Amino acid sequence: MTRPKLKSFHLQREWCKGCGICVAFCPTSVLEMDSQGKATAVRLEACIACGMCMLRCPDLAITVETTDKEEKP
Amino acid sequence: MPSNEHVRFIQGNEACVEGALYAGVEFFAGYPITPSSEIMEHLARRLPRRGGKFIQMEDEIASMCAIIGASLTGRKVLTATSGPGFSLMQEALGYAVMAEIPCVIVNVQRGGPSTGLPTQISQGDVNQARWGTHGDHAIIALTASNHQDVFAMTVEAFNMAETYRTPVVLLFDEVVGHMRERMVLPEPGQIPLVERLRTSVPEGVDYHPYLPREDGRLPMSDFGGVHRYNVTGLYHDMWGFPSDNPKVVHGLIRHLVDKIENNVDSIARYKAYYLEDARTVMVSYGATARSALHVVESQRRKGQKFGLLELQTLWPFPYDIVGEACGRAKQVLVVEMNMGHICAEVKRALTNAGNVFLINRLDGVFISPTDIRQALRLIAGRGV
Amino acid sequence: MTIRKYLRERFFPHMWCPGCGHGTVLNALVRAIETMGMSRNEIVMVSGIGCSSRITGYVDVHTLHTLHGRALAFATGVKLSKPELNVIVPMGDGDALAIGGNHFIHAARRNIAITALVMNNRIYGMTGGQYSPLSGCDVMAATAPYSTIDPAFDVVALSVAAGATFVARCTTYHVKEMIDILRQAILHEGFSVVEILSQCPTYFGRANKLGDAAEMLRGLKEGTVPVGSEAKQKNPALIERGIFAQQEKPEYCAEYEKIMQRARAGRE
Ligand SMILES: Cc1ncc(C[n+]2csc(CCOP(=O)(O)OP(=O)(O)O)c2C)c(N)n1
Ligand code: SF4
Ligand code: SF4
Ligand code: SF4
Ligand SMILES: [Mg+2]
Repeated sequence: MTRPKLKSFHLQREWCKGCGICVAFCPTSVLEMDSQGKATAVRLEACIACGMCMLRCPDLAITVETTDKEEKP
Repeated sequence: MPSNEHVRFIQGNEACVEGALYAGVEFFAGYPITPSSEIMEHLARRLPRRGGKFIQMEDEIASMCAIIGASLTGRKVLTATSGPGFSLMQEALGYAVMAEIPCVIVNVQRGGPSTGLPTQISQGDVNQARWGTHGDHAIIALTASNHQDVFAMTVEAFNMAETYRTPVVLLFDEVVGHMRERMVLPEPGQIPLVERLRTSVPEGVDYHPYLPREDGRLPMSDFGGVHRYNVTGLYHDMWGFPSDNPKVVHGLIRHLVDKIENNVDSIARYKAYYLEDARTVMVSYGATARSALHVVESQRRKGQKFGLLELQTLWPFPYDIVGEACGRAKQVLVVEMNMGHICAEVKRALTNAGNVFLINRLDGVFISPTDIRQALRLIAGRGV
Repeated sequence: MTIRKYLRERFFPHMWCPGCGHGTVLNALVRAIETMGMSRNEIVMVSGIGCSSRITGYVDVHTLHTLHGRALAFATGVKLSKPELNVIVPMGDGDALAIGGNHFIHAARRNIAITALVMNNRIYGMTGGQYSPLSGCDVMAATAPYSTIDPAFDVVALSVAAGATFVARCTTYHVKEMIDILRQAILHEGFSVVEILSQCPTYFGRANKLGDAAEMLRGLKEGTVPVGSEAKQKNPALIERGIFAQQEKPEYCAEYEKIMQRARAGRE
């Protein structure tokens, strides 16, 4: 079985409170905090679509869609 | 003549059970306490036979909470307790006021404070029923002096709980609860029943669980139904979501109080005996009204113009009705078994409070006609 | 995003602090519900009072936000009255086990089919960081300026002893585990308890110098192991995660159904 690939990545900025959890645990360092203290995807090409940022975000701000199924990891 | 199968010779607590079943109670949660336990024991037997649910909870706090939960699923609900348990229920009772949950709470009063006098009579919880939970609020509390009325008031309590979406307290006393006497079971339909008012708003259309209709009533939607809303003890908007917007807060507290206080006349239940020309008016309620009536009738036989106003609705206090009944009397005697809970209200209802006297007993011994007569002589300045 | 239909989006961003674990529990809970495809109309969520209890406001099911500690008592009324409903009760650690401790053990004893979640941040978040019955010893809190001397309950052992028939523990770091456990807990026919080790960076984290939310999560990652793992034998301080009890026993509402049949068979 091949790993699902990233279809889309969406971060709802108004919901993000900048806790840094997604940044700290992304396995491929896709995410960073921006100057306004919000998370942002700076290296999407490195994203392996593991979905962990989406599942851990306490503010439900991240949606990761993969090629195999919609939005679920 | 009622047929024999409708005549019961039962305890007051059983009369309450019969009234609750007649009204359609479907769920009971409680915790045993003298002198109310017979109510839960009878319902433990009777409810499951008709598909109703009964549960003995871990305490009275849980009991009160459980009936609120059950009421939200669309059931008519009841709990029963006595002083110490009633104290434990107060926080959740306030929740039912705030969240507008129909429910009935029986308090078969005993002597307090604390564990007090578990098996003896008192009417010491009248003010607790009114003010026991914190914060401004209105409440309905009913009482009765005999088994027929215990039955009727229990039915009324369920009706009022549904009509006003509110908890209703039934304040009975130990003597009525435990005494056995005759009671005639009314035919189905003889006493009208108020059923839950459910919303007609269809699925998919915005439903406002906390938006009163023009007549003040709020149609409900059962948990499990098509409308998903929030219920909270916080101040809340018309959808039930927390709000501290001053306008919303003010609107809600006014609504909670006004829906009851503006309907004092519709909620008032009382019995008037010989009041037309009475010069001495006794005001009493519950078991003590029996002794008061005894004295009134014997005074009448002696040609003395005595009358009795027996209150069945204690809260909201029917000031106008009391004022009307007592306004022309030379003296007003309030007979109750506490330190003057209702006496204070009677004084507030009258312009000449100096004519109002309290006749009470606080020692757990039922106040007898002799006690009242002795008090009468004292009041008349004739010594004991 | 399909979980959105389970959210009351108009209340977002939610009220919790940045990095509060309660948000991750909400995240996992709606995903667990979504994977089961349950109808929103058949779910009732009942909560008490606390930061954690605010979770009910954000989920588009029937929601009952009650009194501090009493959620399980309200929920018992809901469930016994209408057993066909799925009743989920998220609670704080103080809510569930201090003021609500009695209701907790009795709900477990009855084995009534309710899903109880203990969102354990080891602190009273809502009231400003006082210690809870799950804080444990040697912890700093607003009411323990010289550190706590109160040992903590072991929620898992307590629940098992009290009669809960599904008992599990997970963390806000191990989110896939959490979703899977929540799903199993909700499906379980009996009283289920899920203790979720969660973080309150604002009070517990700050008072105990545990760093930010991410560092606290690292603590949960490193301080816990799957149940039965060898690491636990070497280091007893590690906390086990996973499912500790899962058994079938008579469920309260089903038993009451039998009582009703027995009563009807008798005479009125
Ligand atoms: C009867 C009562 N006592 C005290 C409080 C105050 N109070 C509100 S929440 C809370 C504790 C919250 O802690 P926890 O249950 O752990 O939830 P958290 O906020 O940490 O999620 C307390 C003591 C209350 N609301 N009601
Ligand atoms: S985890 Fe969520 S809230 Fe926290 S920084 Fe990332 S996107 Fe923002
Ligand atoms: S899906 Fe995984 S790899 Fe992609 S950004 Fe999120 S955590 Fe990083
Ligand atoms: S105080 Fe603690 S528990 Fe409450 S919202 Fe903030 S982080 Fe969460
Ligand atoms: Mg807590």
